[in-house]
Amino acid sequence: MIITAIPPIALTVGANRVVRGVAIPHPVGDPGEEPAAELEIRKGLLEKALGALCEPISEQTLFG
Amino acid sequence: MATIRAVHYLNQFFGQIGGEDMANLPPRIIDGPVGFGTTIKAASGDRIEIVKTIICGDNYAAENIEKLKESVLEWVSGSSPQLFIAGPAFGAGRYGMASGSLCSAVKKELGIHAVTAMHPVNPGVELAGREVFVIETKDSAQDLRRSLPLMLGIGVRLVDGLPVGSPQEEGYLPRGVRINVRAPKRGSSRAVDMLLKKLAGEPFETELPMPTYDRVHPAPPLMDLARAVIAIGTEGGIVPRGNPDRIEAHNASKWCRYDIAGVDGLQEGDYEVAHGGFDPVAANKDPDRVLPLDAARILEREGRFRKLNDWYPVTVGNVTAVRSAEKYGREMGEALKNEGVQGVILTST
Repeated sequence: MIITAIPPIALTVGANRVVRGVAIPHPVGDPGEEPAAELEIRKGLLEKALGALCEPISEQTLFG
Repeated sequence: MATIRAVHYLNQFFGQIGGEDMANLPPRIIDGPVGFGTTIKAASGDRIEIVKTIICGDNYAAENIEKLKESVLEWVSGSSPQLFIAGPAFGAGRYGMASGSLCSAVKKELGIHAVTAMHPVNPGVELAGREVFVIETKDSAQDLRRSLPLMLGIGVRLVDGLPVGSPQEEGYLPRGVRINVRAPKRGSSRAVDMLLKKLAGEPFETELPMPTYDRVHPAPPLMDLARAVIAIGTEGGIVPRGNPDRIEAHNASKWCRYDIAGVDGLQEGDYEVAHGGFDPVAANKDPDRVLPLDAARILEREGRFRKLNDWYPVTVGNVTAVRSAEKYGREMGEALKNEGVQGVILTST
């Protein structure tokens, strides 16, 4: 699966499980947040990514 | 017009030696044309004379392409032709690969014009490279009568030093070469013309065909996450300090794997961004913002999955050719699978 800030590109090139990331230069982080809050965001994205890996799908899917 | 001396390459089948049972036949060279080669003179309007025919079995060619190249280069150079013709190979993969490789070698090594013909999905198209014209054929030899004159026509023009038109006009596969032409109307008018045709449901021809990408059937879901090995990876160019393997900042020529066993997070200064396509300030400050190692370790410790893979794959996806990306993806996938990894989380910048 892939975490990306630009899901349309991932879907165009054929990725099947896509999770929307934060921003292009930091898909799994946010320098605007306090370190603890940023780590929570990152954990949350990974939880979503793990969820996507466990989800049965029959076509390309953008998870939240 | 003077007659053009040409050498023709055929597989064992078109060389009338035999079928699959003769596929291991080593290359041989014969005087004059063989098989449909005897029709080339007439089909080219009496311009091309096949002085020699080289015939090789498909398996031999596929398994010994370097040896075959060596023999063919020697024979072709000894026959001093003005043109090298291979195929048409149609949909035949081994034959197409031999034809494409040989045409490319003859053109590059000997400076002799080379043409071939095959189906667009034949792997030989790529091997033919940018300098060789590959006429588009259907996937079976039924297309010989239509495609042969097109192939010969381009061959004649190359030798005569005459211009060759666009792929659409001439029936060859686009080589990825851009040629400047002066269009009768400027771009904005052409775009509006196209749009009007599109709105009216009329056929129109785009000037910039969008690439088509492979579709892969989605992998089945992980059934037991708690017992799974998970890997993280990225095309965002997160590499150890100093970029030890020199992954290029754009159009990367490789992917690399780096050990993260026992590493709990990516520290500023220990890892850095090699990617040249985004502002690296945030990720240099904390590389976990692109490759989420710290959070993955926490989830590993919490038992969300059994183990994080001991290394991560990385490349730079910046103006990187789709073909390279496909290759790196395939190689990464194989390496991770061999490692026993069941799920991969990639990040993209």
